[in-house]
Amino acid sequence: MSQTTMNTKAHRGLKNRTGFLQSVRHSLTMAYRGLLKLRRTPEQLFDVTLQPIIFTLMFTYIFGGAISGDVQSYLPVIIPGILVQTVITTSIVTGVQLREDMDKGVFDRFKSLPIARIAPLAGALLADTVRYTIATVLTFAMGYVMGYRPEGGLAYVALAAVIVIFCSWAISWIFAFFGVIARTASSVQGISMIVLFPLTFLSNAFVPVETMPNWLQWFVNINPISHLVTAVRDMTNSGTVGWDLAISLIGAAVIVAVFAPITVRAYMRRT
Amino acid sequence: MMDRSEWAVEARGLVKVFGDHRAVDGVDLNVRAGTIYGVLGPNGAGKTTTIRMLATLLRPDGGSARIFGHDVTKESQIVRQLIGVTGQYASVDESLSAMENLIIFSRLLGLSRSEAKRKAESLLEEFSLTEAAKRPLKNFSGGMRRRLDLAASLIAQPPLIFLDEPTTGLDPRTRAQMWETIQRLVKTGSTVLLTTQYLDEADQLADRIAVIDHGRVVAEGTVDELKGSVGTSSLHLSVQHPGQIESARQMVERVLNVLPSVAYDSGKITAPMANADGVTDLLIALREAGIPLAEMSVQKPTLDEVFLTITGSAASKQSDSPPQQQTKKAEVANV
Repeated sequence: MSQTTMNTKAHRGLKNRTGFLQSVRHSLTMAYRGLLKLRRTPEQLFDVTLQPIIFTLMFTYIFGGAISGDVQSYLPVIIPGILVQTVITTSIVTGVQLREDMDKGVFDRFKSLPIARIAPLAGALLADTVRYTIATVLTFAMGYVMGYRPEGGLAYVALAAVIVIFCSWAISWIFAFFGVIARTASSVQGISMIVLFPLTFLSNAFVPVETMPNWLQWFVNINPISHLVTAVRDMTNSGTVGWDLAISLIGAAVIVAVFAPITVRAYMRRT
Repeated sequence: MMDRSEWAVEARGLVKVFGDHRAVDGVDLNVRAGTIYGVLGPNGAGKTTTIRMLATLLRPDGGSARIFGHDVTKESQIVRQLIGVTGQYASVDESLSAMENLIIFSRLLGLSRSEAKRKAESLLEEFSLTEAAKRPLKNFSGGMRRRLDLAASLIAQPPLIFLDEPTTGLDPRTRAQMWETIQRLVKTGSTVLLTTQYLDEADQLADRIAVIDHGRVVAEGTVDELKGSVGTSSLHLSVQHPGQIESARQMVERVLNVLPSVAYDSGKITAPMANADGVTDLLIALREAGIPLAEMSVQKPTLDEVFLTITGSAASKQSDSPPQQQTKKAEVANV
């Protein structure tokens, strides 16, 4: 409580805006907080550890014979599909936890601190990429155990993993928005499932598009999830990148560009 | 140092409406820099809402407020650099340890990793939380949580600190410690604006007080001014022989020309004392009549009386009962 620090503070110019670098720094600190929380409450990681294992096993053995003749030849189809589905579903939890977190007193302090308004949100979302990473690694590991050997090689598998994690982070902004505007955590879960369930299943993730009725093919082909799944298949199975990857990345960027600002605005308005 | 303005807080006609309930209905506040200012009021009077608006946590629906000359809505990010807020409910992270909490807040305030660690350590030391530094907050007592909360508000040494009911729910010893800490803060040049429901707390700490009721400031001034405003001090007499109490009562009534109240079981007479000189006449008269006194004291009105009188008459205005009666009720309640 020394006088000197107070003096320097008074003489330092007070600015009404937070710079970009400062915002990044604040967000990283908030992400660090998210990681500390994860370490303190490891039970939060149940879904990202169990879901990849159970879903990969289940879907592969249920659909494998029917769709590709046998499990071995279904693996290159289903592993990228289940990867995208699992990791993106995991991002719902981000919105739910954000809602729970925001109801706690500590968010009052965050609001009263001279930090970038986006930081508490961006930090929470950033910390959750750890969860997506766990889900991604476990899905690939399960696939490997069941006999999946991606032709694209390790480098492309790693690249695919990064792309999926990035896209899930982008999509988590949608659920963060629900998290900020919804009144309870369970309603966030509800709305998010209604949005995500059709999106992940009305895609090429599990079943070849040709087997679907025409009107459904139309939707499946414009569904961004399909593009992401195709992009991941291209990378892991043949080591190629194409138009689908570009569409996925553009889509992710658009989601962030739209939802990050409106989420922050909703967060600031909320009291 | 804090020459931006001699006023730490200037609020004009602050209004906040929740639905059709006017939680804050035109509050004016002026807090001079370097003082402790108490906002006193019953539950639901609008204290917390007022503080939340001043601390940029709530957007006012009407009126304006400046913190050291900076508007809370237009220059909110500047205001946030000048304030520390300790909320009514501990605004710290339950799932982290005390140390982790302070380090994160310090980092957010721009301290480097090593500075943040040093700052956290010195604050934990200062608030005697060092032993519990690494324990998760879930196991903290209410007092420890409040101390940590206050410590977190002091990281940046803000010139203005808001304390929303800082001692509600604390045991008397922890409360006294909290008071000491608050007084120490002001000695280092900070301004403190605190809300409280406890009159003795405002009496102990605050240089000036605003009494808020139904979202409005119903009285404002120094502690003494407020006590003076409810009128007179009171004279308490007890006689040695209970048999003489009735004649003593008549004498008080005649000499002081007021209506005393009598507690027959304890032999105590209480009378309003408008004119101190009149007491001399009364004492002489009592001696001449041969009524010996056991005890005599003069009491200034307590803040409790002030509080009950002011908030009571504000309430009575709504129920249309005469305010006089309310005042009397307050006196009776205190006897």
